[in-house]
Amino acid sequence: MNYPIPPGTRDILPDEMKELRALSTALLETFLRFGYGEVWTPTMEFENVLIQGDERAAGVSYRLFDEHGQVLALRSDMTIPIARLVATRYEGADLPLRFCYLSHAYRSVRPQRGQQREFLQAGIELIGAPAPQGTVEVIEVLCAALDAAGLPRARVGLGDAGLYSGLLEGFGARDRGAPVMQALERHDMVELERSVGELGVSASEQEVLLAVPTLRGGREVIDRAVELDGDRVGAAVARLREVADGIAERGLLDRVIFDLGLVRELGYYTGAVFEVYDPALGHVLGGGGRYDELLGRFGGSLPACGFGLFVERMHVAQAEEERRMPEGGAQ
Amino acid sequence: MSEPLRLAISRGTLFEETLDRLDACGIDTSAMRSDSRALLFPGEQVTVVTLRPSDIPTYVEAGAADLGITGKDVLMEQRERVVYELVDLAYGRCEMVVATRAGNRFAEELERRLGAIRIATKYPNVATAHFEQSGRQAEVIEVKGSVELAPIVGLSDAIVDLTATGRTLRENDLEVRELIAECSARLIANRVAHKLRGPEIDPLVERLGAA
Repeated sequence: MNYPIPPGTRDILPDEMKELRALSTALLETFLRFGYGEVWTPTMEFENVLIQGDERAAGVSYRLFDEHGQVLALRSDMTIPIARLVATRYEGADLPLRFCYLSHAYRSVRPQRGQQREFLQAGIELIGAPAPQGTVEVIEVLCAALDAAGLPRARVGLGDAGLYSGLLEGFGARDRGAPVMQALERHDMVELERSVGELGVSASEQEVLLAVPTLRGGREVIDRAVELDGDRVGAAVARLREVADGIAERGLLDRVIFDLGLVRELGYYTGAVFEVYDPALGHVLGGGGRYDELLGRFGGSLPACGFGLFVERMHVAQAEEERRMPEGGAQ
Repeated sequence: MSEPLRLAISRGTLFEETLDRLDACGIDTSAMRSDSRALLFPGEQVTVVTLRPSDIPTYVEAGAADLGITGKDVLMEQRERVVYELVDLAYGRCEMVVATRAGNRFAEELERRLGAIRIATKYPNVATAHFEQSGRQAEVIEVKGSVELAPIVGLSDAIVDLTATGRTLRENDLEVRELIAECSARLIANRVAHKLRGPEIDPLVERLGAA
């Protein structure tokens, strides 16, 4: 007999599970080694708590009623549940707090695209440690996790969520900037050029708005942004530069691609944002960033930063990297 | 150290002009012009693969190709695909339009009486979005080819299709009622490749865009 399971979900049999378990363990052990304590939170939460303050950021796709008619929702990531947990269970605790997790989360998907409705995430949240040191620590743990996963070619793309909106603000065009931000989010450069043309800013300002998102590479791209526009790229670039200094001190510059066009879809990021790429896989392996305002929505305001990695995709990248590796070993 | 960039181009109406553009960038296209059976053309800086136009976003999204050239019509129809659209290559210009039989107000009459208009199209997503955005109801009927036939034989009241010169429409006694979008060839990139291989991709993008 053949009984179906929902699209975007899967059964895992022993051979695959053995490898997935080894990968998960390697990731968790790395997090523990850096002093991050593992937490579990419920798979389902009250919907009105999850969407506290920002419905879009919560990304809730699946809801159900409990026996009292209350609406429950499956979590779409672990960041919001941990923000809730910190507000509820750690009020007044000594900072910073370090948590890690290995948990399933749920999102609506378009199947056949390396996307799953139910997926396993491994990640950390560092709460109460401001930028830049907190951000640098999170990137350091991320790089160590990629090493532990056997993905030395993986790179961390690093940008700043406030960079582009800061530019628009500086040009006095923030209120008209929604179409521009949407084009940037899709990384549709043709539409970006069209919508920037309609902003009513000067030709040189248009040039800056079109050039900045294409800047990516070593830390020199930060200087290129300053050359382009001096002061107005100001605050965000200063933040990036501080993080770059910290990354350099820890000898991790070659693991990071500075990317001034990086935009994350989730709405709660406030400063540094990152994404993880491996040359063996066309999809993003994970991401994260700084979310200094999210905790405030649940109570006490605290700076925070974290990342989540898609464990199943990392497993695919691992297998692909091994396949590509020359016979007999390491690079 | 790494393999050449992989560029997917479409074997459709854009094929000839795409090859001309590649020539202008110093990419040898003689093999692609001569051997119509091969699908993969290795080169020193760029390996070219030839595909159906509508498959190009699929390959680029998955990272099976780093870059791709396809029509804006294809990208509009597959809007949910996560690919970076980098440059308007400005050739293969055409328009996505709504057309009905010439001189015939019957479609509007039907829309008023029946509350919906029947649209035949190869672009069901584009057609659905267009009518939704303009606050109208449409019954979208997907066909795979010869869309012009649909209103003539009564499958639909109107069509949503691409037109470059308008000749096919005229020959079938159809006329344009609404412009949905202007289309042309676009250069797209895989998100991961665009980040990891910037130093190789950026100069090529520049050359393809400028040629």
